[in-house]
Amino acid sequence: MAQPDSNTDPEPHEELRPAWSLPAGASADVALSVEWPGEITRDWAWGGSTGKGVRVCILDSGVDAEHPLVGHVERAVAVSLTPDGEAVIADDTEGDLCGHGTACAGIVRSMAPDSDITSVRVLGAGFTGSGDILLAGLRWAVEQGFDVVNMSLSTTKRQFAGILHELTDRAYFRRTVLVASAHNMPVESYPWRFSSVISVGSHEEQDAMTFYANPDPPVEFFARGVDVEVAWTGGARIRCTGNSFATPHMTGLCALVLGKHPDLTPFQLKSVLYLTSSNVGGGR
Amino acid sequence: MSEELKAAVAAGVVGSQGTFRSLLESVTEVARAIFGAEAASIFLLDEETDELVFEAIAGYGADTLLGHRFPSSTGIAGWVLVTRQPLVIEDVTEDPRFAKDFAETTGYIPKGLMAVPLLHEERALGVLEVLDRPQRTQFSLVEMDLLGLFANQAAIALDLLRRARHAEAVLASSGEGAEVVARLATTVENLEEEQRDAALRMLSGLEEVLRRNEGG
Repeated sequence: MAQPDSNTDPEPHEELRPAWSLPAGASADVALSVEWPGEITRDWAWGGSTGKGVRVCILDSGVDAEHPLVGHVERAVAVSLTPDGEAVIADDTEGDLCGHGTACAGIVRSMAPDSDITSVRVLGAGFTGSGDILLAGLRWAVEQGFDVVNMSLSTTKRQFAGILHELTDRAYFRRTVLVASAHNMPVESYPWRFSSVISVGSHEEQDAMTFYANPDPPVEFFARGVDVEVAWTGGARIRCTGNSFATPHMTGLCALVLGKHPDLTPFQLKSVLYLTSSNVGGGR
Repeated sequence: MSEELKAAVAAGVVGSQGTFRSLLESVTEVARAIFGAEAASIFLLDEETDELVFEAIAGYGADTLLGHRFPSSTGIAGWVLVTRQPLVIEDVTEDPRFAKDFAETTGYIPKGLMAVPLLHEERALGVLEVLDRPQRTQFSLVEMDLLGLFANQAAIALDLLRRARHAEAVLASSGEGAEVVARLATTVENLEEEQRDAALRMLSGLEEVLRRNEGG
């Protein structure tokens, strides 16, 4: 399946209305489908959920579907560029070219065992053009309407910042939650800095369900990211450290919450995560 | 570019590659020592061939691996370069494919490694890897920060080396004259003060004679 060049403006926005306002007597039009309790607890948020029915996309190095910690992979595609620079999305027959995507899929599976996992491989076609490939992969994921997209990656190229911003906003309004690794080096990088995504850094604790809301953004949450045992290529399990392993922990949590409350918007989901984080109301 | 400007640029460039390479080697040596690691390496991204090249190595492989190349977007180093995310992994020998890939590029299979992208402004220039630090305790985020500091230093050194190479290539392609002037300028620059003054007087005299000939 060929996709248009990723550097051009994304497809036209949704229907344009004459006025973005609420006329008198139309309050029933904005009735919310989620019944909001007086107090948000972890039990309300994801108690009994396995992530069933939630479609998770892993934008990474591919996923080794044979790994016992990963289980069934719904679909696997790879993004590449034609010599003319056109992005092409095709079924991925190579699996994981590094191990990292498999690690992320395994973490999501451990948190939300019944979620549906799809792999989008944006690695392996060379460094040159990797920014275009990342954009094309993300655009495809947003168009496919995944519920959650795990992005343990970023770009430092300013030329991509504008289009990435548009894409992450579009995902936000289409109820696709993007969970992105924060960068812990002193450089500007994207898309984790955008407020329309959920950005994740690491804490050093060993509990996968411990996560903290950060009162000092742009990093919004800290999740388990140090010395994590993960799935790797070749059926291996290894121990890893990095924000890129904290990110799928938050992705897994998002899948759990959406499994129980599928109608939550990204804004509501982020609010639930805030209210249930370990330094806010997480003990309840 | 005027001849004068060319000579001035050349004076700054000739010989600087060696200095910047020494700086890179020094960064790998210090990284290896601070982390108590078996080896540390810096890979430079060759944008023309889309490959990663071993540019500086401390410890294992220092004699044999310099200049070795591999594709830029596969394996651990490739992932780190493309995603711009640092990564620490341990017990890697449990992954047979990783071990095989690594052995093919280095002849050495580490048990653990830390890899961090070398970023300068908007550019990803390469990757710094530290192999087999002693696994005394659980890895901590303080070590990750330390690795980031080394990466900053290495990225600056790598950027200088890249620029020096480019400048030398430009000078080389602009004719033999510029190179001779560059060498002469470097030699004069390195003289003791008294000798340098004498050399500059001689060169001024030479320049005057040449200009007269040019005019006549």
